[in-house]
Amino acid sequence: MSARAAGGRVAEWIPAIGVFVLAIALWQGAISAFHIQQFLLPRPTDIASTFWTGRHQLWPAGWYTFKEALGGFVIGSALGIVCATIVARFTALGTALMPVAIAASAIPIIAFAPIFDAWLNPLSPTSKMAIAGVLCFLPVLVNTLRGLQSASPRQIELMRSYAAGEVEIWRRVRVPTALPYVFTALKVASVLAMIGAVVGEYFGGAFNALGVLIRSDAQILDFRTAWAGILVASLLGLSLYGGVVLLERVVVRWSPEVRGS
Amino acid sequence: MSAVAIGVRERRRRDGVRRGARRVVAVALFLLALVGLYELYRWVWSSAGFTWPFAVDSTSMPHVWTILKAFGQPAQVNQPPLGTILFHKALFTAKEAIVGFGLGAIIGFFLGVVLVHSRLLQRGVLPYIVASQTIPILAIAPMVVIWVNPKLPASFQGWGSVAVIAAFLTFFPVTINTLRGLQSADPRALELMRTYAASRWTVLWKLRVPASMPYVFSALKLAATACVVGAIIGELPSGLQSGLGGAILNFNQYYSIEPQELWATNIVAALLGIVFFVTVVLVEKVVVRRAPENVG
Amino acid sequence: MSALEPVVKIEKVTKVFPRGNVTALQDIDLTIDHGEFISLIGPSGCGKSTLLRVVGDLTEPTEGSVTVNGKPARRARLDHDYGIVFQDAVLFDWRTVSKNIAVPLELLGWDRERRRNRVDEMLELVELVGFGDHHPWQLSGGMQQRVSIARALAFEPALLLMDEPFGALDEMTRERLNLELLSIWHQLGSTVIFVTHSISEAVFLSTRVVVMSPRPGRIAGVVEIDLPAQRGVETREDPRYFELVTHVRELLRKRGEHLLPEEEQQLLEAAE
Repeated sequence: MSARAAGGRVAEWIPAIGVFVLAIALWQGAISAFHIQQFLLPRPTDIASTFWTGRHQLWPAGWYTFKEALGGFVIGSALGIVCATIVARFTALGTALMPVAIAASAIPIIAFAPIFDAWLNPLSPTSKMAIAGVLCFLPVLVNTLRGLQSASPRQIELMRSYAAGEVEIWRRVRVPTALPYVFTALKVASVLAMIGAVVGEYFGGAFNALGVLIRSDAQILDFRTAWAGILVASLLGLSLYGGVVLLERVVVRWSPEVRGS
Repeated sequence: MSAVAIGVRERRRRDGVRRGARRVVAVALFLLALVGLYELYRWVWSSAGFTWPFAVDSTSMPHVWTILKAFGQPAQVNQPPLGTILFHKALFTAKEAIVGFGLGAIIGFFLGVVLVHSRLLQRGVLPYIVASQTIPILAIAPMVVIWVNPKLPASFQGWGSVAVIAAFLTFFPVTINTLRGLQSADPRALELMRTYAASRWTVLWKLRVPASMPYVFSALKLAATACVVGAIIGELPSGLQSGLGGAILNFNQYYSIEPQELWATNIVAALLGIVFFVTVVLVEKVVVRRAPENVG
Repeated sequence: MSALEPVVKIEKVTKVFPRGNVTALQDIDLTIDHGEFISLIGPSGCGKSTLLRVVGDLTEPTEGSVTVNGKPARRARLDHDYGIVFQDAVLFDWRTVSKNIAVPLELLGWDRERRRNRVDEMLELVELVGFGDHHPWQLSGGMQQRVSIARALAFEPALLLMDEPFGALDEMTRERLNLELLSIWHQLGSTVIFVTHSISEAVFLSTRVVVMSPRPGRIAGVVEIDLPAQRGVETREDPRYFELVTHVRELLRKRGEHLLPEEEQQLLEAAE
């Protein structure tokens, strides 16, 4: 990337940075000015300092939960892709299954967290991994399926004019066409995975898990630590999302989203 | 010529009804297949004694029939049957969800409208809207409850703060999709409006908003699920007993004794989510008169 | 292959689309010899694109048969006997220009060395040298179409099928690409079946123009183009060119466009 192009990309972020600085300043100022109960909404500086001073407890807890989220993300997404591939092979199955999958995604999965806990032992990370996995599975399945079905008929005709068989058509047309859709789903799933893990821990989890920590801090009204914990969760969720975005830039360099058209 | 058109409309309506009936049958068959699979899995696993991923017995996987029977029986002595109780709790949660949906949809739409008119605002604000969704709402729920509750009028207290949490989950997809939809107006149509010296307001309402309808409905479908999730989760830290969230917490404690009650609650929660979703789909069919499912 | 054997033989081909009961083609008989440049022209619905697809075995005729290079159309497709160009370039966004041109070669199992050489040849042929590493979205419409043509010719098929390839381009680009296509045709000695909406393009490019009429799709007439083999910009000002264009236009008007069913009936009765 040329220096100017790189500079352009950075310049895009200036408004966001500006808003961030402004918001933090306002937050800090408003709390002092309006005497908002500090125990409820601490000052940003307080949260930042607790983020640092509490790091021996918060950061490992974050990492523990992040591993659950990552595991769920990987397994759930992989399953979603595999199932979508199988279903897409049989077009009749695909059209029949789509509305079911879409309706299934209307179910509040998180309500099933206690059942996962009962199955897989609430103290083990596997139960939270399962929740995160199920949350990731559906959007990845739906979007991958849609992507695999979206090859233009002209491209298929072109391949047929080359006497290409089904396997070749899949390899050269359907899969590449589906990749941008897969990445859209992965971006959604990456955020859901972390949330799923943290929220899943609310119903019960190991004491060194982030969700449990945040909950117990909130219960004893130590909102500073709770907010610092939320900051940890948020940063980790964003980093997973960011990881997917970077991977997307490399793998699907040609997709309209990445090239910015 | 008109007689032909009427005949076509009649035929289309009849086809629509037939298609709807076929769908209902397909759903019923699918549910039956699901139940069958569940029982089959249960039978195979418990007979063979597999313990991976988990041991199967009447606690971890109650029979479907046991769960269904539980709807008719009272959970505790001298109480109405579980089904009735769950129904009322579902209504309570639904109330929170609807209010949250409305609030979130209005805020989301408003934000979308504001953002479409300023690229600067977009670049400045959008990253935070995205980042806001990485905040596990469950974590901030207690704070929202404590903060918002006292500010609400008496009849809104308790469930009102849960509605706020539901709105938080709802506004995000609505904002993003409203923005995308408003931006999707044909640039040539926009140019045409300029030749009419149309004001921004006119352009907004006559051009952008209609163009954004498919996207907005796509978002509303997501929002329908999100507001139910938000409502259930929001109830957990607030200790509200009257909703489904409270029921889940409650029955979770008795799970080893009466597992079917938690399962029954979960089924009701799932149904609630689906009902909300289907409602939005039906409203879309009526409002838009064709189903643009392929957008977004 | 003897020069007397026709490349394409279309015999009594009828194509009915069951949905809507549309007779896209009825009783089409056409013979195309080696090295010819045939244009199919007619108003919308006359079946010209359908006929092209029947020849390419991309759709099956309801009745009748198509022989390409002495084989049934399906065999010809499986033997890679033709290359096809569509109205939109149908390039793969995820491949570079070079990789796009190489697609049929990969499918034919050519090794990398051979592929690279052929791709370079093709880039020269369509005058896109240096653009090999670009992606389709970085090219203009005209350039994309040239890539599409390069891809169709990559494995040097004897037969080239083109479905309004220049339809989406502006007139100047179109005229320039017409000249390029003629030059390529002369160089390779292929046979071309070319579907178009443009009378001037049809007359300029072809050895024969087949005029088709709609409802049902039929051949209304065939016009021999006796312009010199070597054509250039000056050909468009040749009086014989204008005569031929007028002749085709009349044929289209009488048997093609803007005909009410009653008029068509009258004409048929008058012809009998």
